[in-house]
Amino acid sequence: MSEAPILELKNVTSAYGRIKAIREVSLKVYPGEVVSIIGANGAGKSTTLMSICGVLKPESGEVWYDGQRIDGLPADLLPSRGLCQVPEGRRIFPRLTVEENLDMGAFFRNDNSGIEHDKNRVFQMFPILLERRKQHGGTLSGGEQQMLAMGRALMSRPRLLLLDEPSLGLAPLIVQQIFRIIREINEVDGVTVVLVEQNANLALKSSSRGYVLETGNVVMEDDAQALLANPDIRKAYLGE
Amino acid sequence: MTIRASKLWLGYAVAMVWFYVLLWPLLGIKAQGLEFAASFAIWAKVAVAAAVLVAFYQLKEAGAFGFVAGPSQAAGKALSAVSRRVPTWLALAVVLGCAVAFPFFTQRYAHDVAISVLVYIILGLGLNVVVGLAGLLDLGYIAFFGVGAYTYALLSVHFGLSFWLCLPIAGCFSALAGCIIGYPTLRMRGDYLAIVTLGFGEIVRIVLNNWMSLTNGPNGVLGIKGPDVYWFKNGSFEHMWLNNLEQLYYIILGLAVFTVVAVYRLNYSRIGRAFEAVREDQTAAELMGVNTLRLKLLAYALGAVFGGLAGTFFAARMKFVSPESFTFIESAMVLAMVVLGGMGSIPGVILGSLALIALPEVFRGFELYRMFVFGGVMAVMMIFRPKGLWPAKRLGTRSEEKD
Repeated sequence: MSEAPILELKNVTSAYGRIKAIREVSLKVYPGEVVSIIGANGAGKSTTLMSICGVLKPESGEVWYDGQRIDGLPADLLPSRGLCQVPEGRRIFPRLTVEENLDMGAFFRNDNSGIEHDKNRVFQMFPILLERRKQHGGTLSGGEQQMLAMGRALMSRPRLLLLDEPSLGLAPLIVQQIFRIIREINEVDGVTVVLVEQNANLALKSSSRGYVLETGNVVMEDDAQALLANPDIRKAYLGE
Repeated sequence: MTIRASKLWLGYAVAMVWFYVLLWPLLGIKAQGLEFAASFAIWAKVAVAAAVLVAFYQLKEAGAFGFVAGPSQAAGKALSAVSRRVPTWLALAVVLGCAVAFPFFTQRYAHDVAISVLVYIILGLGLNVVVGLAGLLDLGYIAFFGVGAYTYALLSVHFGLSFWLCLPIAGCFSALAGCIIGYPTLRMRGDYLAIVTLGFGEIVRIVLNNWMSLTNGPNGVLGIKGPDVYWFKNGSFEHMWLNNLEQLYYIILGLAVFTVVAVYRLNYSRIGRAFEAVREDQTAAELMGVNTLRLKLLAYALGAVFGGLAGTFFAARMKFVSPESFTFIESAMVLAMVVLGGMGSIPGVILGSLALIALPEVFRGFELYRMFVFGGVMAVMMIFRPKGLWPAKRLGTRSEEKD
């Protein structure tokens, strides 16, 4: 790929207090890609995402998004630039209604007709949300909440979407539906997606490339197909 | 849900033993020695009363009151059906009409109580923005009341500025105070924030108490003017002071209505929604592009404005302010109103203020036991209606949303 990457991490180190969660992580994401970051519990996958979107300030290293350096920027400036995250555990607003949750996704936007259009698009993508429009977010099932969290993120019209464990705690059928939507977002809407997953098999099958994190280090990066075929990966993450 | 009889009476026995263990030290331990008769006499009365209540409960569970329960339930249903059919604006108009007509049917003393209720309604609604909407537990809210009161007191005494001019000025000063206090404290969350706001509330009071050259310290500021108007009379506009309680009542009623409308509008605005989002999940709100610190500051400042408005009126009505009026217990009272009434609910806060200010006045005879009853009522409320007297609609459940 000769194009400039939309997202690039250069030797990013982040820590919680004195414990370094990721060390010198470097990765590149090109426009239009789906990139997975896979790894075991505590490998630093979520930390990587939190360091990208500014909730966690990296100790050292640089984060570049769309040709600009964004590490050290406050998290709330990024959604308006087209970088949005669906956080781990969904974190919808339980006592706001489904519709209000979606409105929160478009918080920084002022174009009412555009917001309305995007809301309809989200409802079209997740018809169940339309049905539950007036219901509180907290009363939805896990799968519906995941859909709501994704819909909420889409309301900000992202160009780069960071998804943290979208399959966490969901039934296999729902997981398939979620991944179908992820592919649709990528292919139809042209959103670049970074996918963090424990379900390595499913994640790699939906991605073009993948990074493998182990105890805070990138230990491998390759095409998704190559990673799927790699015997070490199969042994460690695919349970073979 | 029926509790088995044996379990019920066991609970009764435990409660009575516990009650005696609490009661006896209060009445029985004296300098001359230990005494049992007095405490036992009171205990026996309470025990009999409780036994009757428990027996009644058992009979009710057994269906002995079916002949009452049936019709009363039907009546309740009919009542709620009627109330649902009455449009909101009509209900509001009736309430407002009663409030406007109130002074014509009542005496001076009632006006006095009504004025304090309305002051506390404004305070409660202001705190409601901070606690109910934005979810920031503020234990020093009364400080803004004090800032508003002192702003008007000093401007009136030293510069002779009018009440109407000072209302917005005091609002601005309180908002400024909110920002100054909020900027360092609002980075904290939950319990830490509560402790720090408690500290700042006390700081404001102690500053008022010790800044002799400006505030005259604990002696307070005397000679504050009431509100004035130019009233059309005898063919020309005449200047007059509004010192009459009735006139003051209408001023504070106007301020309260303004507050209700403002808070209602805020509640359903984009900013109000963002306040709630920050309350629900701060990190998620940040990820949605909400500048949480700025938003929390805004909530704090908006809450403070209403505190300042109420304070201005308070100073104009009392004609005197001293730091004593702004102690922690006042903050606790306002917070209690918000919690008792229902966090985030406007009618709830109004009910809460009525309950906590007007009811103690009605039961003046029991003044000695006021705090005792107060504590008891709060405990019972938190068990049976933890969401408050009139819970906010947003906090409803799934089934309520459906119908």
